[in-house]
Amino acid sequence: MAVSDTTTAPIRRHRPSNARSILGLTGPAYLWLVITILLPLAAMFYFSFLSDVPLPGRDWQVTLSNYTAFFQQDFYRTLMLRSLRLGFEVALWCFVIGFPCAYVLAKTIKGRWREALFLMVIIPFWSNALIRVFSWTMVLRGNGILERFLDWLIPGFGSLNLMFTYEAVVIGLVHSYLPYMILTCYISLSTIDDDLIDAARSMGASRLTVLRRIILPLSMPGIVAGAVLIFVPVIGSFMEPRILGGREGTFLGTVIEDQFTSVFNWPLGAALSFILLACVMVIFAVFQPILRRAS
Amino acid sequence: MKARPVNLLGRVYLGLVLVFLYVPILVMAAMSFNSSQFYMLPIDWSFDWYVKLAHNDRLLEAARNSILVALVTTVIASVLGTAASIAFFRYDFRFKKVLQAALFPPIAIPWLITGTAMLLFFFWSGIGRGLHAMILGHVALALPYVIIVVSARIKGFDPDLEAAARSLGASPWQVIRHVTLPYLAPGFIAGALFAFAVSFDQFVISYFLSVPGVSTLPVEIYTAIKKGFTPEINAISTIVIVFSITLLVIVSRFYRFGGDR
Repeated sequence: MAVSDTTTAPIRRHRPSNARSILGLTGPAYLWLVITILLPLAAMFYFSFLSDVPLPGRDWQVTLSNYTAFFQQDFYRTLMLRSLRLGFEVALWCFVIGFPCAYVLAKTIKGRWREALFLMVIIPFWSNALIRVFSWTMVLRGNGILERFLDWLIPGFGSLNLMFTYEAVVIGLVHSYLPYMILTCYISLSTIDDDLIDAARSMGASRLTVLRRIILPLSMPGIVAGAVLIFVPVIGSFMEPRILGGREGTFLGTVIEDQFTSVFNWPLGAALSFILLACVMVIFAVFQPILRRAS
Repeated sequence: MKARPVNLLGRVYLGLVLVFLYVPILVMAAMSFNSSQFYMLPIDWSFDWYVKLAHNDRLLEAARNSILVALVTTVIASVLGTAASIAFFRYDFRFKKVLQAALFPPIAIPWLITGTAMLLFFFWSGIGRGLHAMILGHVALALPYVIIVVSARIKGFDPDLEAAARSLGASPWQVIRHVTLPYLAPGFIAGALFAFAVSFDQFVISYFLSVPGVSTLPVEIYTAIKKGFTPEINAISTIVIVFSITLLVIVSRFYRFGGDR
């Protein structure tokens, strides 16, 4: 392989027909991405500086008011903080629940069982997100499955009133994104050499010390990657808060959705989307070195 | 071996996490067979909601749309994606890194942002909304997955095979047809199934690009949930989830999630 690479690659590179082949092979895919991702984002950026949709018969001018609205009104600031808090809490819970799970999978279970269990953890993540969120309504609703179960466990337990609360949104989102954290932690945990752990143990390190000094630091890339990959979609979520949060489910995502589907203030929606996108890009930029290491 | 009790505890914990992941879905599936409209327990087993579903034209129409959009998306995304993967493997060129990095945004940017941006651009530019717009959007989301999955397979390909075929007199097309493509087949199939799953389960993009009367299953389900849903939604949701889980189990035969294990 290595030999053939060095002998054939330079010859190929200098063939003039290669440029045409490359263009022919990659062109269609990237033209598609330009039309569906790049141009829409550019159009949205443009819209975010307008006072109205630039259609014939509409009175519109260039303005900064959509952005100044965000920075001057407390409503949007509270909203932003609420969304960031939600993203942080969901990522934290996913770590608390998912890390031990990834550890058990990577370090204590072997062979076919590991493969089967791993698949069982990952598969719900790829199945329909909307339906998984919706299925929680049946568990959380008043007199639903959870309350009945608790009542059966502890008679006279009473009601929890979880449905249409902030907590319900957190539960639904943790359920949605937990497999992400398990996946990324599992990948970095499985690269830790077992001999390293055994060596530390044999020299008298306690389990806690091993966890704190070896396992956690070495799996940090996976933890951070998982947290970022959860945080980003969560701050942009709108369907989960709508279904599980009801009136308590107002976040930046739901307000953006409103601008496009019910209020029809597209320029404001575009500006809010761009502020959200800016947050996302800052997060990716900050964690870029760790993310690269994790992949 | 010494750590037996700890291991047992770990397994119990893993079991609890799986319960957390699967119970809501199982509850929904069980309720779809419960004839009581208010989810009374014990479950009164019946197929009432499935029978009702068979007469719900709106949901059936949406299901047909979902399958149509997913099929078209699969064909386009797997062909375009495989072509790009072959280029990345065969050639070294200056913008390769840039092009590969450009696959990141469709996956990484929250769908809310891409979805609203598409709505705004398609509406403004005259492309409009509807099934064709959804196909445009779904292909964009599926392309990165196809390229990643096919590239993973292509990495193990020995270019000497192509060289050997050429030296034996095969034309460039024959080389691709009889050597390259057969080797790529498992990666191609996995990529295609991924594309189908991404499109079939896609809600956010479809939601912003749907027009009243023309929508896909997830959009129709969401509308029904918001309006105060009927238990038929449980039935159709159960069918969808069983379908997509089956699809993913099949994908896993061709592609190892999370790399080598």
